[in-house]
Amino acid sequence: MKILTTPAMNRCIGCHSCSLACARLVHRRLSWDTAGIRIRSSGGLTTGFTAAHCLACLSPPCAAACPTGALSPRQGGGVIVRRKLCIGCGECVAACPVDAIFQDSDGAVYVCLHCGRCVEFCPHHCLAMEEAGSRERGAGTTGEDRV
Amino acid sequence: MIRDHFRVLVVDLGRGRGRIEEIDGRDRVAGGSGLAALLFGKYGSTDLPWDDPGQPLIFAIGPLTGFFPLMSKTVCAFRSPYLDQYTESHAGGRSALALRFADLDGLVITGRAATLSCLVAGSRTLAVEDVHFMAGMDVLESGKLLRSMFGGSGHRSILRIGPAGEQGVAMAGINADTYRHFGRLGGGAAMGMKNLKAIVILGDAVFTLPPGKTHAALFSRVYEMATSSGMMTKYHNLGTAANLANLNRIRALPWRNLQATSDPAISGVSGERFAGEALLRNSACSGCPVGCIHVGFVREQFMAQHRYLFKQVAYDYEPVFALGTMLGITETFGVLDILDVAERMGLDAMSAGVALAWATEATEKAMIGPGETIVPLRFGDRDAYRRAMRFLAGAENGFYRLLGQGTMKAAAVYGGAEFACVLGQEMAGYATGEVFFTSQAEGFRHSHLDSGGYSYDQQHAERDVGAAVEFLVRDEADRCLLTSMVSCLFARTIYGRELLAECLQGLGYTDMASGLDRIGPRVQRLRWQLRIRTGFRPGTVEIPKRFFRLENWKGAMDPSYLKELQAAYGRAIRELAAEET
Repeated sequence: MKILTTPAMNRCIGCHSCSLACARLVHRRLSWDTAGIRIRSSGGLTTGFTAAHCLACLSPPCAAACPTGALSPRQGGGVIVRRKLCIGCGECVAACPVDAIFQDSDGAVYVCLHCGRCVEFCPHHCLAMEEAGSRERGAGTTGEDRV
Repeated sequence: MIRDHFRVLVVDLGRGRGRIEEIDGRDRVAGGSGLAALLFGKYGSTDLPWDDPGQPLIFAIGPLTGFFPLMSKTVCAFRSPYLDQYTESHAGGRSALALRFADLDGLVITGRAATLSCLVAGSRTLAVEDVHFMAGMDVLESGKLLRSMFGGSGHRSILRIGPAGEQGVAMAGINADTYRHFGRLGGGAAMGMKNLKAIVILGDAVFTLPPGKTHAALFSRVYEMATSSGMMTKYHNLGTAANLANLNRIRALPWRNLQATSDPAISGVSGERFAGEALLRNSACSGCPVGCIHVGFVREQFMAQHRYLFKQVAYDYEPVFALGTMLGITETFGVLDILDVAERMGLDAMSAGVALAWATEATEKAMIGPGETIVPLRFGDRDAYRRAMRFLAGAENGFYRLLGQGTMKAAAVYGGAEFACVLGQEMAGYATGEVFFTSQAEGFRHSHLDSGGYSYDQQHAERDVGAAVEFLVRDEADRCLLTSMVSCLFARTIYGRELLAECLQGLGYTDMASGLDRIGPRVQRLRWQLRIRTGFRPGTVEIPKRFFRLENWKGAMDPSYLKELQAAYGRAIRELAAEET
């Protein structure tokens, strides 16, 4: 089972192509919010960018916090989302320690499904799909292995 | 979003209130340049001067903004403090997508705030906040403070001015998200006049896309063209700075106030040299995968015992020309160091550099001295220019206050108009010949981006007035179409008429797509009509003698050809403006 990783965010140019792709292709939205990955500047544009996205917890606190079972643990990490079960309470948003879940003004929540649709739209190859549980996961943050 | 009208937020800074207006004309003028002209016609005055508080400061995006790659620019329109005439300036950064996600096609700011203020606008937000404590604060410090004051990191745009804008300097620009600028013709002073230090646009709305797979498929196709076809390689690789060596090679690069058009010292400030020794990283406007923004670094020892600070400065061809070759600065870090001051002060780097180049030659000719410039100016003197840049931004004395209103205004008092490198405003970096000089002198924005005159010079050896003027008029109309969508002009090779129509159709703008051929010329006419109503007299812009006397790869300029071109282009503009829209 593969998960989305961000091994080379120090290459990010802040174009938001990943967020826009997720919103467009997965959620049928024009948005940089309703996406499983969202880009922020880290302390202003002069210090680069960070990506808020699901880090594929093996025991996801968001799923544990969900009172209706709309979020449930996914094999390999992260969660499976069942939209029909979601009541928009926002408990998952509060439970996520890395601010990976976005809730829109209608209460709908958006979290990375680890589908990888965003990866091909990153012009600097900051993103990757990697096998869950790989010890290399999170390593190579300078991106040298991807040149 | 996708609608048959424009949704515009009109804010009155004096009252701290605004209202949403729905305005017709979508299919006729599309957005961007067209919408801005429409809005100035509605909210602006052709009779009142630029500094009347009622004059609007306008920001407009287009129907394709955010929907497709490189549809990432915003048009800012205002009555220019430099010209006291209607004008536009364009920038990207996050401004365009932030406006899209604020659910605004346009933002019109009228009135004057009681204290130095920051306007905060989003899809669910409107506030005018007192920021009097930011008076005199430089652009970078302002950015840092504003980021800490307002939420929305990554999904907001922060437009702000520096001391130059607050001082009403006509060369003051508006900084967009640190690395981009609404630079030219005094947008910063137009903001300063309104007591408006900053505008924070919160992009916090979400929209449903049209049903079907058309949009996603078309997006992927355009994305592929932008990233894999090689069409954008120039901008992605060395960036616009690649032009430095090219223009120097053909003897068309202005050096030392255009006293020369080529110099072996180019090796110190070429695009290759910048990339090799001073390029820190790249950045992008939101919604553009090309990443043409080249951020350089320069460090400064501020104390003994190896105490350093470092600065990150985005460079492009134009600022390197204006603060490099034009000032005789022949090493990358020197250019970046001067550019850093211009950035912090909120000055348009191009105008400021060209103005100081004139002041340097005027110093050489003993027309002015330290009594005027405070610091003696000498080509190649990095520290002197850093200091002079601050004097210019702060309108330190009568000389700098005058120079900040335009080099020609200073030359009218101190002499030296014949070597002022001004074509409507301080020149862009192309000594390519008569067509470019005509294009900038008479062009709508006095910009190298109004039409491709510099390119025409390089592709045409013949001196055919009719053909050249026809090209300038047609190319301007084509660019008006793009700046009404609003595309980055770097994407003009991607977005041909057919692709634009396909994009519009995919979003449901069927009537606009079928009437596409008429939009560019219509917007072109609208803009010229406003410009002329606010005082412009086509064909009468003074072209200083220096432009008639230089030589490039074609040899000496042909003065009669230049004069004929200017007169013919002026006539063409008058005819354009006289037509019905």
